[in-house]
Amino acid sequence: MRHLLSIQDLEREDIERILDRALAFSEVSDRAIKKVPALRGRTVLNLFYEASTRTRSSFELAAKRLSADVVNFAASGSSVEKGESLKDTVLTLSAHSPDAIVIRTPYAGAAALVAGWTTAAIVNAGDGQHEHPTQALLDVFTLRQKLGGLDGRSIWIVGDVAHSRVARSNILAFQTMGAHVTVCGPPTLIPRDIGALGCEVRYTLDGLRDADVVYALRMQHERMRQAYLPSLREYAARYQINGRRLHPRQVLMHPGPVNRGVELSGEVVDSPQAVITMQVKAGVVVRMAVLFELLAGPRPGGVGATASLAREPQLA
Amino acid sequence: MTRLVQAAAPRAELLVRGARVLDPRAGLDGPHDVLVRAGHVAALGPPGSVAAPDGAEIVDAAGRHLLPGFVDPHVHLRTPGQEHKEDLETGTRAAAAGGFCAVVAMPNTDPLVDSAPVLGALFDLAGREARVPVGFLACVTRGQEGAQLTEMAELRELGALGFSDDGVPVTDAGTLRRALQYQRLCGGVLALHEEDPSLSGPGVMHEGAVSALLGVAGIPTVAESTMVARDCALARYEGGRIHIQHVSARGSVEALAAAKAAGVHVSAEVSPHHLTLTDEDVRTLDTRMKMFPPLVSEDGRRALVDALRDGTIDCVATDHAPHARDEKEVPFEQAPMGTTGLETAFAALYTELVLPGVLELALVVERLSAGAACLGLPLPRIARDEPANLCLVDLEAEWTVGESGYESRSENCCFGGRRLRGRVLLTVAAGTIAYRERSFALSAA
Repeated sequence: MRHLLSIQDLEREDIERILDRALAFSEVSDRAIKKVPALRGRTVLNLFYEASTRTRSSFELAAKRLSADVVNFAASGSSVEKGESLKDTVLTLSAHSPDAIVIRTPYAGAAALVAGWTTAAIVNAGDGQHEHPTQALLDVFTLRQKLGGLDGRSIWIVGDVAHSRVARSNILAFQTMGAHVTVCGPPTLIPRDIGALGCEVRYTLDGLRDADVVYALRMQHERMRQAYLPSLREYAARYQINGRRLHPRQVLMHPGPVNRGVELSGEVVDSPQAVITMQVKAGVVVRMAVLFELLAGPRPGGVGATASLAREPQLA
Repeated sequence: MTRLVQAAAPRAELLVRGARVLDPRAGLDGPHDVLVRAGHVAALGPPGSVAAPDGAEIVDAAGRHLLPGFVDPHVHLRTPGQEHKEDLETGTRAAAAGGFCAVVAMPNTDPLVDSAPVLGALFDLAGREARVPVGFLACVTRGQEGAQLTEMAELRELGALGFSDDGVPVTDAGTLRRALQYQRLCGGVLALHEEDPSLSGPGVMHEGAVSALLGVAGIPTVAESTMVARDCALARYEGGRIHIQHVSARGSVEALAAAKAAGVHVSAEVSPHHLTLTDEDVRTLDTRMKMFPPLVSEDGRRALVDALRDGTIDCVATDHAPHARDEKEVPFEQAPMGTTGLETAFAALYTELVLPGVLELALVVERLSAGAACLGLPLPRIARDEPANLCLVDLEAEWTVGESGYESRSENCCFGGRRLRGRVLLTVAAGTIAYRERSFALSAA
């Protein structure tokens, strides 16, 4: 594997291999000295064009626990604010020969685009509303730990599917792992033709009882201003996962950060069914496994190779 | 007064021998000799029947096709203000290389063509730089703000072919109604970019399965079709003359068919890319595939092909929209809308629609120049004493788009990298030789 750009690029065997390695790494996280020398001397660059505390620190911890050197590059306070283009920023940072660039941008396809401009391995840490593949991997990891496996399981993804890269990556990953996925939310926030991804579409929580896993998405307050919803009150009344709606048998997930009282009631967040902190913990070991997958062993094309671009640059 | 302007160039003296002349409008389909002299077709006859005057260039064109020059009613030449993308010289050179003998430039430049001084300056510039005759549309509203009409009568007097706020729609129905009323005074077609911004919203591609997968905001086809229906109703009520630009949706085709059946004075254009590509081509988020309106579904594409065949859509227009490399080398959602198209229009349609037997060559040839009539310009015809507007093509020639660069200043062509059949060898525009393909020019010399 050269890059991790989209969950669509992974077969079931790839996901299983990465998650098995993540499981091996989870032992490291429980040690007093949480570090292995697997990527000593390698450089991982975190390039974040969007505010992110969790994902960025999770990647940073993962790289550090593998003994890699980490450089964080945030878009604010950088040349980006002076109007530098994404391409020029990537070319500039590539001059430092990073082994991997972990990139988050507000734009779909940006990670794939960047892969054509550098010899570094690219990890997509979220590209607009397109994909967030490491989130999907850590969610599958968590469910494997909790349920043993996903085959034949029913998973409901509830909320603002339209604006969620987590939803898109998870629909695909859960299905690849054998689960049956239902998306549910207000019709204004469910993309037309989302069924083409193979999931079922519901507009009410009727039938939620059949789910083994309930995955609630974060509701952005911004959607009110954009008039996708009449009010948060009505959203909560129809779609909030609360103690009345969540069955004790069901597993509750959320990508964080949670809006208590909106998509989830406080009681379910604190209930034993919620695996939200397990997800966070899984994030580090899964990202360790991803970085290991991409960086351990000889670099394709050799160190500093310039000819082995991932794909032809556009407009060549 | 309508004006087409080009730079002064020597009149060709040219005998094209033995080409298969195909001009459906003139009823020609067979080998002929065609003599171009003093700006006109001076002689037309069976092969061997026309003698070359002293000093005339002779082109042996057996096996090649001689077609009426194409007319593009919708191009962006980016002058004034965005000459780093294109200018009148490079844009008309691209047009000539595509077999076009006339093009009509849109007024969404910087500054906009919304006043007589800007239009006058453009005519002057075209008179020095344009390889093929260029006509200009002026804005419908000042600043393209959709509120106050431009000085349409003065702009028409100066030579504007008509009016368009292309790039943005005339959202306000009342404003368009006033423009249609004012058209009774000044004439000139109203060419309309149809989009309801409250429906297209932040969309950057066609709303459908591909946009759902990519998580990219979609533009529903009703953003166009509802506006087409509205504007046809307005044109009908006011007895106005409208031209619908870059039709992309099945619903728009249906609205057009209904309006035409009701006697509305409406014409319409469709682009080669909407006739040959779909939203599947956007899957990789290649920014060359980003244009407005967006590439639609296969079902929509078929509706457009059928509409061009049955005449519901009158003509082909490229909507040639050059952008600089660094402007397009950004994430899809950030990239500007538009693809170049002048140099590939014929080959794309020939390769994707004529060769597979979907459309007749004669129909494609007719539709590639029919845009002239939509904007009130004379239709090119291959006939004695008609102005010489011709293009010579080699239907056998296969080429890779962009392989040897572009005549356009920009390279954002949605067909870039594709193998296409059909190459323009020579273009005669208003009696002057506007283009010779390099290898053909060498072999003919």
